[in-house]
Formats: sequence, structure tokens, C-alpha cells
Amino acid sequence: MSSQIPMVDYLRLGDDPRLVAHECEQCHARYFDHRIACAACEGESFRDVEVDPTGEVKAFTIVSLAAPGIPVPFVAALIDCDGTSVQANLVDVEADPEHVTLGMKVALTTYSLGTDDQGVEAIGFGFAPVP
Amino acid sequence: MADDVWILGIHMTKFGKHPTLDTIDLAAEATRGALSDGGVTMKDMGLIASGNLLAGGHVGQTLQKAIGQTGIPVINVANACATGATALKVCVMALRSGEADMALAVGVEKLAGAGLLSGGSRADDGGSWTPEGRYGAVTAVDGRIGTATMPGVFAQIGMEYGHRYGGTSFELFAQISEKNHAHSTLNPLAAYSKRFTLDEIMNDVMIAYPNTRPMCSANCDGAAAAVLVTGAKLKTLSLEQQRRAVKVAASVLTTDPWEEGCQVLPNVNTLTKAAASQAYEAAGIGPDDLDLVELHDCFATAELVHYDNLGLCEEGGAPDLFRSGATWRDGRIPVNVSGGLESKGHPISATGIANVWEIATHLRGEAGPRQIDGARVGLAHVIGLGSACGVHVLERSAA
Repeated sequence: MSSQIPMVDYLRLGDDPRLVAHECEQCHARYFDHRIACAACEGESFRDVEVDPTGEVKAFTIVSLAAPGIPVPFVAALIDCDGTSVQANLVDVEADPEHVTLGMKVALTTYSLGTDDQGVEAIGFGFAPVP
Repeated sequence: MADDVWILGIHMTKFGKHPTLDTIDLAAEATRGALSDGGVTMKDMGLIASGNLLAGGHVGQTLQKAIGQTGIPVINVANACATGATALKVCVMALRSGEADMALAVGVEKLAGAGLLSGGSRADDGGSWTPEGRYGAVTAVDGRIGTATMPGVFAQIGMEYGHRYGGTSFELFAQISEKNHAHSTLNPLAAYSKRFTLDEIMNDVMIAYPNTRPMCSANCDGAAAAVLVTGAKLKTLSLEQQRRAVKVAASVLTTDPWEEGCQVLPNVNTLTKAAASQAYEAAGIGPDDLDLVELHDCFATAELVHYDNLGLCEEGGAPDLFRSGATWRDGRIPVNVSGGLESKGHPISATGIANVWEIATHLRGEAGPRQIDGARVGLAHVIGLGSACGVHVLERSAA
């Protein structure tokens, strides 16, 4: 497993992958980037918390024009994971408005981004529909 | 009590492709137009606030070298798509503080042919996966973790409104675009002034569902400029200058306060609601007093949410407001009679002054065939992602 690296540092790999947010100890605001202080309350202490790996799509778009190297169309979505907003691509779903709907239930999943010259495999994440 | 501030002269260039004019030419044309419109010269200006994003950051001084170096302070401003409104706000602050009695705000951009504007991404350099940046990303994340491209961000903003309140659809968003393109046919300064049918809009190239190409703001070249003056100084000018002056009843700039999710998908609602509320209070009016509104329809999906954010309808009532026909030019509260950013165009830093020009031109009764009859009060709104919101409320001169 040491030959894997997450696409971003807030994705924790393992048997049960999770997104991990930095939560302000004072006001519980959650962030995915590294922090100097809390934008909500100016607190300077944070703890890492697991984000619920399931959620509900509260906004999406189907992108047909993107940066070079990004396959289109793809679905970008804002997902409400039990009160924490997460931005992610929806995966394992047809990228059309018949298959993607507001309010649909989704769950975290991971996929390979490929292996580099040192044999390290990068792992990305997305959210897939759940029945 | 700080003095009133008025627009003495204002001008916008034609928006569109200007292959033979550079950034300074466009800024100079807008500035000369605003000075001439106000019956003043560069020698009368006490300050210049100059807005531009893409030409290197010193447009104000280069503009002076093109049309008038008088040694006055220049403040070069940048605030994303709210840059023009920010230049105006800087002038208003300078006049209210007594630092100057006349000031020039100018915004200019050369954007024709620019491609997709995104929130930034990083190129893959191959070799080995190396975590970089605030998220420790080993690769460019735009397109892999959602989208930071503008059409996609604003698509989600419209969809989120639909999820929260209901009543939206691809067709509804396309109808908003249909309205603005119809309005543009009366605006000779618009980059595009072609009417589209609803079918044409819905079947055009999809950029980021539900925004098709005509539902996106048009990248183009353009500039706009305004001369602002204190009420005390205005009283010393001619009766004709006083008659055509337009009162800046409110000039408000806000940023987005923290709210859950605001660093995941930009929240354009909180800061617009705050700006609108502050502007109505400063002007002593309510949304029902407005005769016309120019709001930031960078995408059709954005126009809808701003009906609500500016208080033009009850919370959640934006789809019903639009379907009632109220925001067409013959409706109760005409919105974007210029054609909006979708057809007039969006040369970023010029936009926040050009929409004030549109309102001022109606208040002066000089809008020709697209005049909103009897317009007395209007509101101009812009949003720059990041975020900044500018709202200006303008009133016709009583003289």
C-alpha cells in the first residue's frame, strides 16, 4: 500500500477511504485546505475529522468544455455529506440530465489516476450513485 | 454628514472585437467620452481609479501618458468581475472623505478571443506524483475534483437554488437568456445584438449544463469611464451639467462572509443580499421603487438567483417572478435591458461601470429606442468571484 499516494492530502486511503476535513476546535467550521486560522471565528486550533462518505447531490453541472487532458463530458457536483459540503466529480454514472438529478444519493469511491516513474500509483476520488 | 456624490459624465465604448485598438486606446476613448460628457477635462480631476485585470496592472498611469499627465494620485484596482464597480467605489470614498471634489473611474479589458476562464489549474509535469499547494494535490484538480471553470461554477449556483426552492429547469434558464438576447437588439453598443429563439438557445453548444453557449457571457473588448463629482462642486457648475447629473444614492462593496460550504462552491448570495440591503438603506428606497435593474448575468443561471438576492421577489420566488414576465423590458421591473453580459458582452473590468452607464442613460432619458419611460431610480449590480459584490443605486436629478 506504500506505493499509493492520494490525489489530494484530504483523501485518506486504506480499506475504507475517507475524506478528512480540518475542523475548527472552537466553532466546528470545516475546511479541506491546510489552515492558519479559522475564517469563521479566527480560532487557531484544528482537529482532523472524517467526513460522512455518503451524501446528497445539492447542485451539479455537466461540463462539456474543460482544460486539456480532462475527458468530457463529466459531472461536477456539490454534495451535502451530513452537513459538510464537498465538491467532487460524480463517477459511475452517465453524464446526462436523465441520469443525474438533484437530491440523488451518492457515496465516496476511489479510482486510479495512473502510476509514476517510481511505481507510485495516485488515487483519486469521486462520488457514485447508490441504489 | 458626508456630501452627496453625483455622476457628472459617463461613457462606454462599443463592446465587441476591436483588433486595432489596444487597452490604452479603449480606456482613452472611454475617458475622453466621460470627460466630454461631463464638460470637464483631466485638469479638473483630483483622483483616478483605474480598473484592469489582464494588461499588467499600471493602466492608470499609462492612460495618463496617453491623454493627460497632471500629477494626481492614481489607484489601480483589481477585484475580479467587480473591478469596475470597485473603481467607482474608490472615487466615491475619495469624494466623501474630502480628498477630492472630482474623480475619474475607468475600467477596461481586452478579452475578445479569450477562451474559457477558470479558477486556475496546474499542469501535470510527469515524472513523479508530488503533493503541491494548499490541498497537497499531486495533479491538476480542475475537472477531477469538480470544476472551477466559470460556466460550471455558475451552473451549480443556479442548480443549487433550484434544489433549495424548486421551480427551475433547463428551459427556464434558457428563457432568461432568450429575454436578454431579445433586449440586446435595441442596444447598438452590444457585442452581439441578435435575437435567438428558445430552441436555438437550448440546442446550441452545451458548455456546462444547463448553460449553453448563448447562456454564457460574451468575452469581448471594451471600456467604460465615469466622472464623479461632489454635490457642493456640482452646484458651482452649469445648470445643464446639474440637470444631466445622476445622483449616486448608494455605492456599496461587500465580500462573502463565512458560511458553511462557501469555500467549496463560491457563495454569491450572501454578499449580494448584504450589498442590496445596505444599498436600499443608504438610498432610502426599497426594491419596489426601482424602475430598472442591470444585474450580473455572467451566466443565465446567475441572473435567476440575483432576482432573489436583490429582493426583486420573495425568497424562493425567482422562477415565478421570471415566468410572470416582470423582468422583460415591458414588465414591472425590467432587468438587463442592455442585453446583459450574455449579449452586450463582459470585458471584465469595464462591466461594473458600463452597467452604471446603462442605468444613468435611462435616468437621463437618453436611451433612445430602448428607453424605459419615466425611469427615476435604477440599480446596477456586479459580482466578482472570490468574491466581491458591487451595488450602485442611481437617481435621476431633480433639477
